[in-house]
Amino acid sequence: METIVFSLLNGVTYGLLLFMLSSGLTLIFSMMGVLNFAHASFYMLGAYFAYTIGAATGFWVALFLAPILVGLLGAAVERWGLRQVHTNGHVAELLFTFGLAYLVEEIVKIVWGKLAVPYKVPHLLDFSAFTLWGTSYPAYRVFMLAVSITMLIALFVLLKKTRAGLIIQAALTHPAMVGHLGHNVPKIFMTVFGIGCGLAGLAGVIGGNYLVTDPAMAYAMGPIVFVVVVIGGMGSLAGAFVASLLIGLLQTFAVAVDATFYDMFGWAGLGQMTEVGRISISSLAPMLPFLLLVLILMIRPRGLMGDREF
Amino acid sequence: MTDTALPVALGPTRFAQFRDRVLPFLVFAAVLVTIPALGPSRTWYTLLNSMGINIVFALSYNMLLGRAGLLSFGHAVYFGLGGYLAMHAMNWIPESVLGVAGVFALPVIGFAGGALAGAVIGWPSCRRAGIPFAMISLGIAELVASAAFIFVSVFGGEEGISGDRMKWFDPVTLFGHEVEFTMGPISDVYWFIAFWTFVASVLMYAFTRTPLGRMSEAVRDNPERAAFVGYNPQQVRYLVFIASGGFAGVGGGMAAVNFEIFTPENLSLLPSGFVLLMAYIGGIRYFAGPILGAIVLTFMQSSFSGYSEAWLLYLGLLFITIVMFAPNGLAGIVVALVNGVRMPGAAARLARWSQMTLAALIALAGLVVVIEVAVRWSNGYGDTFEPFGIALPHGSPLTWLVALVPIGAGLALMRLIARRSDA
Repeated sequence: METIVFSLLNGVTYGLLLFMLSSGLTLIFSMMGVLNFAHASFYMLGAYFAYTIGAATGFWVALFLAPILVGLLGAAVERWGLRQVHTNGHVAELLFTFGLAYLVEEIVKIVWGKLAVPYKVPHLLDFSAFTLWGTSYPAYRVFMLAVSITMLIALFVLLKKTRAGLIIQAALTHPAMVGHLGHNVPKIFMTVFGIGCGLAGLAGVIGGNYLVTDPAMAYAMGPIVFVVVVIGGMGSLAGAFVASLLIGLLQTFAVAVDATFYDMFGWAGLGQMTEVGRISISSLAPMLPFLLLVLILMIRPRGLMGDREF
Repeated sequence: MTDTALPVALGPTRFAQFRDRVLPFLVFAAVLVTIPALGPSRTWYTLLNSMGINIVFALSYNMLLGRAGLLSFGHAVYFGLGGYLAMHAMNWIPESVLGVAGVFALPVIGFAGGALAGAVIGWPSCRRAGIPFAMISLGIAELVASAAFIFVSVFGGEEGISGDRMKWFDPVTLFGHEVEFTMGPISDVYWFIAFWTFVASVLMYAFTRTPLGRMSEAVRDNPERAAFVGYNPQQVRYLVFIASGGFAGVGGGMAAVNFEIFTPENLSLLPSGFVLLMAYIGGIRYFAGPILGAIVLTFMQSSFSGYSEAWLLYLGLLFITIVMFAPNGLAGIVVALVNGVRMPGAAARLARWSQMTLAALIALAGLVVVIEVAVRWSNGYGDTFEPFGIALPHGSPLTWLVALVPIGAGLALMRLIARRSDA
């Protein structure tokens, strides 16, 4: 019971963090058809910006300032980089962001050093929120949950209830028509790319001190975000939400399971001390999302909730 | 009827065929044979051997990306699995006179391993092209790389598996000649690498001339139309994928013999990314592009990393510049240059290009100063960047002058030249 509740809580927290990352990626993909390989790099930049700004002004200012800075940076990348490459097709855009991820990692190594920086949870939130079965649950994770859910609602309202959201959604499917109606489509693209990167930056601000802030964090997070987006269905925000939670829960539960292959397949004649028999489920946890990715792409290429095959 | 027939043959002439298809390989072979006569040092031999391996790897990658239009993020899987099989095979070969012949033939085992892996993994992944293919390749690469750490008996865990390529120690008399080819010294390994690089390049070029190679290009450009003509695009992709995996395995087999060790790192995402950079920077539209890319990047990897800690940053910048401004890569630049010289009006064009290059070099010089100063400032050893004996510490205003003035001037000049040529 204890394990289940804590895995559930941690899984949801991690899942919502994943959603914050993948929502930006989904937004960008569904708008522009660009699979932003550098998305996790913007996440990393968010964490590092928050660390640097936070050292001067405190965490709360950084929480607002860092995502905005990352968003502006993203808009600049779209304006002076991606737009140039756009004429050469989607693969060229993908390669551009792939190169960008390389660059960002190297620049981060130069500016902040190769080791992890001490980006810590703010003092105000460094206490335990509640205690269950003698184990305390950190308040910061509750805070993460709150931020994620606020962001989720804000994003939903922005897209479904405001005029700007309607224009964005229209530009998604009918860019030429929206352009003829007098809206500046390239500017909309730039804005959306900026917002997407800003969301990644926000995830970095609150994820950087929950996990770890070092130059490898983009490399660690990047592939999982793609898994989420593909499993959810490319371009579907709701799908990304479901898939984020699914991956978050799957990974945290797998880590908590103490069984080995022998326990599961021992009845089929698998030896306890053989190499396969000794593999534990928890050691497979990092592989599970990728296994799911390959399976989904084979069985249901449009993902859980996607409406088109990409 | 006869009036409509064209008076000249449409196909290339015998001479053009020889010039375009045979001559480059003759030159390539001649270069490979001449290199040892120049007496390269051990360092150069090491570098040349890595180049040979990377040439084969990059060419096999381009069979996917350039020819079939399949962007893969997990090509190192086939390189690695082929290499691992070759490594195991190397340990099975007995120490004998035939042993050295066996070791020499290991890239064939590598081919088998890579092709087998391609046949198994390609079956689910080749159903579609584009971004789904890229994503599946990424997922499979992650899976295989992490599985390699779990199955220690096959992949050797962190430290990998190692072998010994010297299966034959003494010179032996064959047909009355004393042969001293033992695969021990690096100069012997050079011949091994040169031979297989040449053979694999010729075979991969020959592959582009086969109906399958031609169809892969058709499937890249227009899968619906290829299907309408009667070819199944999925099947074409699958067959090309197997061939490409096989040739990556040849590279793996060569690497197994050359380095005598194989670790799970060889299967991971990093070498997969590196081979993408090699092929793309070289130029994926040309057969020779990846060869050029492999040579340049291997050279950068070994010598730039000695000069500058930020060599990966330069690599990233080079890649982004190529993606943005020269999508045909270095080979495309060379071809454009050759055409520029041969077409009429060359003088004005070349003058403009050289002005542009000069302006770009000025901006680049400033950028290099910024990067080098930043690297020295960040690593904390207290070094100063001293190009040509001028000390440029990060705090001095001279540094910023030397860095920012050339960047600004170079960019302004580039704009000016571009605007003048538009008018």
